[in-house]
Amino acid sequence: MKLHEFQAKEILAKYGVPVPPGKVAYTPEEAERIAKDYGKLVVIKAQVHVGGRGKAGGVKLAKPEESREVAGKILGMDIKGLTVKKVLVAEAVDIAKEYYAGLIIDRSSQRVVLMVSKEGGVDIEEVARTNPKAIVKYAIDPHKGLRPFEAREVVKKAGLEGNLNRLASAIVKLYNAFVGSDASLAEINPLVVTEQGEIIAADAKIDLDDNALFRHPDLAKLREVEAEHPLEIEASNYGFAYVKLDGDVGIIGNGAGLVMYTLDLVNRAGGKPANFLDIGGGAKADVVYNAVKLVAKDPDVKGIFINIFGGITRADEVAKGVIKALEEGLVKVPVVMRVAGTAEEEAKKLLEGKPIYLYPNSLEAAKAIVTMVGGAK
Amino acid sequence: MSILVNKDTRVLVQGLTGREGRFHAEQMIKYGTKIVAGVTPGKGGQEVLGVPVYDTVSEAVANHQIDASIVFVPAAAAADAALEAAHAGVPLVVLITEGIPTLDMVAAVKEIKDLGVRLIGGNCPGLISAEETKIGIMPGHVFKKGRVGLISRSGTLTYEAAAALSNSGLGNTTTVGIGGDPIIGTTFKDLLPLFNEDPETEAVVVIGEIGGSDEEEAAAWVKEHMKKPVVGFIGGRSAPKGKRMGHAGAIIMGDVGTPESKLKAFAEAGIPVADTIDEIVELVKKALS
Ligand SMILES: Nc1ncnc2c1ncn2[C@@H]1O[C@H](COP(=O)(O)OP(=O)(O)OP(=O)(O)O)[C@@H](O)[C@H]1O
Ligand SMILES: [Mg+2]
Repeated sequence: MKLHEFQAKEILAKYGVPVPPGKVAYTPEEAERIAKDYGKLVVIKAQVHVGGRGKAGGVKLAKPEESREVAGKILGMDIKGLTVKKVLVAEAVDIAKEYYAGLIIDRSSQRVVLMVSKEGGVDIEEVARTNPKAIVKYAIDPHKGLRPFEAREVVKKAGLEGNLNRLASAIVKLYNAFVGSDASLAEINPLVVTEQGEIIAADAKIDLDDNALFRHPDLAKLREVEAEHPLEIEASNYGFAYVKLDGDVGIIGNGAGLVMYTLDLVNRAGGKPANFLDIGGGAKADVVYNAVKLVAKDPDVKGIFINIFGGITRADEVAKGVIKALEEGLVKVPVVMRVAGTAEEEAKKLLEGKPIYLYPNSLEAAKAIVTMVGGAK
Repeated sequence: MSILVNKDTRVLVQGLTGREGRFHAEQMIKYGTKIVAGVTPGKGGQEVLGVPVYDTVSEAVANHQIDASIVFVPAAAAADAALEAAHAGVPLVVLITEGIPTLDMVAAVKEIKDLGVRLIGGNCPGLISAEETKIGIMPGHVFKKGRVGLISRSGTLTYEAAAALSNSGLGNTTTVGIGGDPIIGTTFKDLLPLFNEDPETEAVVVIGEIGGSDEEEAAAWVKEHMKKPVVGFIGGRSAPKGKRMGHAGAIIMGDVGTPESKLKAFAEAGIPVADTIDEIVELVKKALS
């Protein structure tokens, strides 16, 4: 789950990382009031779940008297398809140096890895591409955590200039915040050294591990439903793994691997999937019924491909759910099915004479549904 | 022969008294798996499916010889349960649970490895040596004894591939579902050496998917050391970047985890890649002829 900058900064502040004072505004008037309260230069920043806000014009310095107009321009702005509904109004800091400090869970070392770079302020993936040597990486022992001496060594190696103890301390606190909130990513970019020699996090980004939200009910509440696709919200209420995609073939399958494979087959056949939907293991008829109902509701969907390999899931349960949805008239588009595995024969018997195109082979089924929705694109 | 487990492997079920644990224990027993004990904290002294239940793994280990444990404990307590088994001296721990907090796994995987214990999973279907033993949740009947080893990050796709291999007459030796999470106990490259040494395994199928770089690391190992043919498969080749495709680990982050990178690594290692499940069978046949 992604957090907004202001939420990430609240977490960092709780762990003792210095952040500039700031408040959230939903209207230009509110932004002005906050700026006038601070009574000095502020930075007004779009709060959307996407990177590159600065480049897109979503981060602007403003004097209190300009703040209303500047906030008015940023609010309502479209950044990479997302509408800006709120801005962070923060005191501007006197920037002497902009550095980068970040933590990720690195799959190949199976550890939390600290990355520090002198080249802050810019997109770190860009630095990784153009000047990978400028990023110093350090894999942290999960049982020992990040100790100050380790942070100091990384800071030195990366060539950061400024108060060494304060820089290292900010990084150790960033690590504590990462572990304490069960993050999957935490970044300070830029980590600013001010003209006065203070260390301060001018921008922050935290992604949380969805699997750990159950033990952070306060953070789980920060999920912004309105930012998600309405079908994704409905799917998550049903407990489905669902991703909205931009094609026109609705996809339902059991098991993430099989569903991914089904998307690939539709693509190979020249079609474009409208979604990813995994009904999970052991699904009963009512679960399948809900899945069909959900996919059929998507106005982009011109045909549905249901791909089932019965293991724990019984193919006849799947058939019952599909038939129920059809008989209730919920589906107005062609349905192609491929069933194999546990209870395959029972399923085929149930599906006999129903308005469903049944194929023994996944690739053939994919080709058929692509033809039915109007052929390869 | 097989790798890791065979018909004599004595198995402990952690979470035996729960709905999932009981259901799958029954299926495993039907398959022929030797389940000797169960553990559920606070339910010691009961009997489930004729199997004695203990409060702790160390009590179970004191009363039975245990070669492997399978864990059906809910996500919040799953890593702790795996650690309990490892500390009690169980040499192989199979973690089925889905949705375990990633940092729990970062800490547990290191500790379990430091103890010299092999962990498989989490978020995995387990492993099966065809017609010998099943320590997992897969439909046993699709696995026929044969010549091909199989390693996969996916569940259902594994069953598809195993069924296709069985129906073609090639059959399976051991199949290991390593799990769909970003941090798992055993990766492709950890298992390839075992298949390389297993006299019954004549070829190995590696079913990878987008996300991470386990496939690339496996390819590098194959290039250097593998004596037997390997056939590859990559799921999620058409998935958009930055979207999590069902598995917590199936996500392309920036330039890491792309299908292009995996296909390139397989090509450089001389591993033919199947585009469809049926093609896996064709490529294995070709490699063995
Ligand atoms: N409080 C502040 N005072 C002064 N300058 C600031 C402040 N916050 C940000 N800036 C300047 O604006 C630049 C861009 O801001 P920021 O890093 O927050 O956004 P971004 O990195 O473009 O957005 P994203 O995180 O979406 O990629 C910073 O590198 C810094 O130079
Ligand atoms: Mg930034």
